[in-house]
Amino acid sequence: MKLSERWLREWFDPGVETAELAERLTLAGLEIEGLSAAAPALTGVIVGEVREVAPHPDSDHLHVCQVFDGNATHQLVCGAANVRRGLKTAYAPPGAAIGDGRLLTRSPIRGVESAGMLCSVAELGLGDDASGIMELPADASAGSTLRDCMQLDDTVVEVNLTPNRADCFCVSGVARDLAALFGGRLKSTQVATVAAQSDRVVQVQLAAPLACPAYAGRVITGINPNARTPLWMSERLRRSGVRCIHPLVDVTNYVMLELGQPMHAFDLDKLEGWVVVRESIAGERIALLDDSEIELVAGTLLITDDRGPIALAGIMGGATTAVSERTTNVFLESAFFEPIRLAGAARRYRMHTDASQRFERGVDPRGQARAIERATQLILDICSGTPGPCAVTESDTGRRPPAVVQFRPAAVKRLLGIDVAESRIAAILRSLDMQVDDTVMPWRVGAPSFRFDINIEADLVEEVARIQGYESIPARLPMTAGLPAVGDATSPLEARARNTLSVRGYFEAITYSFIDPSLARAFDPGVESVPLANPISSEMSVLRRSIWPGLAQAALHNRNRQVDDIRLFEIGMVFRQEQGGLLQRRQMAGLRTGPAVRVHWSDRARDSDFYDIKQDVDALLQTLRQERVRFVPSTHPALHPGQTAALVRDDAVIGHVGALHPAISARMGFDKPLFLFEIDCDDAGVSAAAQFHPISKVPAVRRDLAIVVDESVTADACLQAAREAAGDLLRDLQLFDVYRGQGIDSGKKSLALGLIFQTLSSTLTDDEVEQAVRRVLARLRECVGGTLRD
Amino acid sequence: MSDIEAIVHEAIVALAAAVDLNALDELRVRYLGKKGAITALLKTLGNLPADQRPAAGQAINDAKQRVSDQLDARKAALEAAHLDERLRTEHIDVTLPGRGTSSGGVHPISIVIERIEGIFRHAGFDVARGPEVEDDFHNFEALNIPAHHPARAMHDTFYLTDGRLLRTHTSPVQIRVMEHTPPPLRIIAPGRVYRCDYDQTHSPMFHQVEGLCIDEGITMADLKGTLDVFLKTFFDRDDLKIRYRPSYFPFTEPSMEVDIKLESKHGISNWLEVMGCGMVHPAVLAKVGVDSERYTGFAFGLGVERLAMLRHGISDLRLFFENDIQFLRQFA
Repeated sequence: MKLSERWLREWFDPGVETAELAERLTLAGLEIEGLSAAAPALTGVIVGEVREVAPHPDSDHLHVCQVFDGNATHQLVCGAANVRRGLKTAYAPPGAAIGDGRLLTRSPIRGVESAGMLCSVAELGLGDDASGIMELPADASAGSTLRDCMQLDDTVVEVNLTPNRADCFCVSGVARDLAALFGGRLKSTQVATVAAQSDRVVQVQLAAPLACPAYAGRVITGINPNARTPLWMSERLRRSGVRCIHPLVDVTNYVMLELGQPMHAFDLDKLEGWVVVRESIAGERIALLDDSEIELVAGTLLITDDRGPIALAGIMGGATTAVSERTTNVFLESAFFEPIRLAGAARRYRMHTDASQRFERGVDPRGQARAIERATQLILDICSGTPGPCAVTESDTGRRPPAVVQFRPAAVKRLLGIDVAESRIAAILRSLDMQVDDTVMPWRVGAPSFRFDINIEADLVEEVARIQGYESIPARLPMTAGLPAVGDATSPLEARARNTLSVRGYFEAITYSFIDPSLARAFDPGVESVPLANPISSEMSVLRRSIWPGLAQAALHNRNRQVDDIRLFEIGMVFRQEQGGLLQRRQMAGLRTGPAVRVHWSDRARDSDFYDIKQDVDALLQTLRQERVRFVPSTHPALHPGQTAALVRDDAVIGHVGALHPAISARMGFDKPLFLFEIDCDDAGVSAAAQFHPISKVPAVRRDLAIVVDESVTADACLQAAREAAGDLLRDLQLFDVYRGQGIDSGKKSLALGLIFQTLSSTLTDDEVEQAVRRVLARLRECVGGTLRD
Repeated sequence: MSDIEAIVHEAIVALAAAVDLNALDELRVRYLGKKGAITALLKTLGNLPADQRPAAGQAINDAKQRVSDQLDARKAALEAAHLDERLRTEHIDVTLPGRGTSSGGVHPISIVIERIEGIFRHAGFDVARGPEVEDDFHNFEALNIPAHHPARAMHDTFYLTDGRLLRTHTSPVQIRVMEHTPPPLRIIAPGRVYRCDYDQTHSPMFHQVEGLCIDEGITMADLKGTLDVFLKTFFDRDDLKIRYRPSYFPFTEPSMEVDIKLESKHGISNWLEVMGCGMVHPAVLAKVGVDSERYTGFAFGLGVERLAMLRHGISDLRLFFENDIQFLRQFA
């Protein structure tokens, strides 16, 4: 909300500089977002009086004018249609600066000497109106500076209101807090009532009293349709960011800015019969002031007359009853709409107006008549006319009882940690228009009708803190009996994983949790992902079931930026609809493509393959102390059927590793194979501390065996058979070569196994080792049909 | 005895001419070995009269020693020359690039979250997590944001088709922790949050860290103390300027926003909002069955991206989620 500093000071002047005023308001919870000059410098621009107007000898639309500057008369050329004898206007003589900072010079216009120019509002940087030169009040004094005449030494103060402070959505509301802060008295908000001079009324019926329990209306007849909004008012509106439209509309806006009560002016002659406040029926239509026409859903609060909807209550008036330049009779509306009933309507119809903002947060339920009286007086001053009575229609059904809060002054110390004297507490609350009964304990504190945010003791403590100043609360460190919980190891586990993967050349990515459904289907055909009801775009419309599609997209992003060596990982949530409901699990996933190692001058380049990422996964599992996890040949819809392993621990699958399916890879546009892994973090779980194993001091004995097996036999099957047969003597088992070709029948392969034997205490004898080797050979023959290579 | 001198002379000349260690070894065998020339002389001692034997023996041993010394000296010289030669040929260009995989790196968001976690762990806070698909109760209702509350308008919420939603803040973790853990407690809850808003300064997904401390006798002074220490530690600045000003959140009362003042590159310093916080609203405590007459507590929330941008000088929010390696590399 923007407001004029001068206007604010008119309500309460704390007698401090602008910067301090802004600082104090900010520190009291009314954050000042910006301070800007109300007008450009306009150095040298003065009030000029047009003394004579004659046609330009060489033009059919220019005039040659004599303009009096308080001392002398100057000749200048003016093209405005509204220039006329006697007009007081803004005169920029040579050397003066107009709105954009341009300095005027003396120059002839079509052969006629012109000493500067007469300026439009737009040329002065004071608005959009470029239709003619500015019209100043008749009593403006020729020769005085425009700054003085228009009180341009002013600051536009921009307040960022929190949603609870509906009461500060107006000049008087902000001034009230300011007065409380500086311990002064606010200018009275009382408004003199204007006596009725006719008995004309419009009958009002409240057909939805829960939503609209109070409606004040007044008829004013015989107003002057040629009246214009005075400069002082249009300037205040401008500084508040509100456009001038029509004197009647301008008055209602002015009252809203001043007192916080939105109003509406209907052209009385366009109204038909009773005004009824009711909820809409589905399908009703209304044409609005902004030239839009909308179809209503059921339950939208409306102002109607005998012919139908005439306003969207609390949001915008209708087109059919709008005031115009021919309006002579007007019906003013000043109503209270219940915030909860109105909330959502503006959003539903995408019409956030100054009125809807205020009603949604809550206007003073007792302020309707006061606003009508204020507006009536302003209209009579500007447009004259004959007022009818101020008629307030009320329903007790929807009336909010004013809040009375039980308040223990000790709550201040309990929540803020500071001592504030009870007398000071009472004074602060009273300065905010609270009714304080401190003769009983707990105190009874009545909130003023305009405060919707005072309901409990803590609300009053906040008021005390705001006015006392948050800086008066000391900073201290809390002592507490609480101890860190056991089992809080999730994050360190993930931190270790991050460390391991980044050491291995992986960069951590963060991709969106919502992805393109077609991409999701490509990675997981036949399974539907959980959709969002209101996605930002179709590319971000389903929750990811896997981190892989997002990582693959990130890889593509980098590939398209000529990055060759891509290794990415991510830790985050995946979402799967299962029988029992939606499963949300944390996973870590990784991707690598491109060179296996950084290109080096001494080595041959080689692209990553399955075994590179397998080693990464091995290292990761080691970091996570998952020693029992095995790589089991498997399939996965997103992976190459011949290059996929499931990570299995105790018969449970905790992840997968493999090559991205070539069909998906090609579809996404990759020119090299991608390798992927994913591990379920929840399954990887919390691991126990590493356990020490004794280190042997006796020498180890190594025996190498080359075993020929069928191609279909896995290395794991051979290693497992060998390990079981070798027994306790075996300390380590390595597979150090795989050979196919000369000397080996086709369909077979030779695996070279290195068996390392060692015990803890005694040196092994040849006999013990030979026996173990024979057991291994026998078992390999038996289990996998392996024979010793010749 | 002239035999001896002749042999010694011959040996010394031969040693001096030896060009490598093999040649030297041959000479050692030839003169000092079991069948060597000097060893052979020793065997002739038995032919001498007994009274001449000591003198002759002495002379032979002297000769042996002289040859042996000469041999050692020559050996040392040859070894030194050999080493010199080896060192010369093994010279490499140490400025050529090293071999192997270069490091990757952790995402700046994770770096910042780990930093925040570290600071709060020191202060006795546990780290808690919660689901990202939330229900209305935990995300809004229990946090004192009933339907139609104006605060809901500030949270542009992503909904699922069944009425559940993507959490708009990490505050629901407060509720989930208090539902299961009686006070006293101190937790922080980092994680992803979602809002239906996408432009230059808004991402539909971002990160927050929520904090909660509930105990008897907790006041706003404790809150200020905790956040003072946190912010000064996070920004490595003991003299960091911090400002607390009243604000509004439905789930805290009183509420505050926290501003800090950091020098920009151009020497301009403005107050920058970095956190929201306050005393936990009694209605929130009531929802989870905590006696607000006995316990008080504070809660706070911060945006991780904002802190990451301030700490690492990142200018554009969108960079965090593009996952460009040229960006990620800078924080390794």
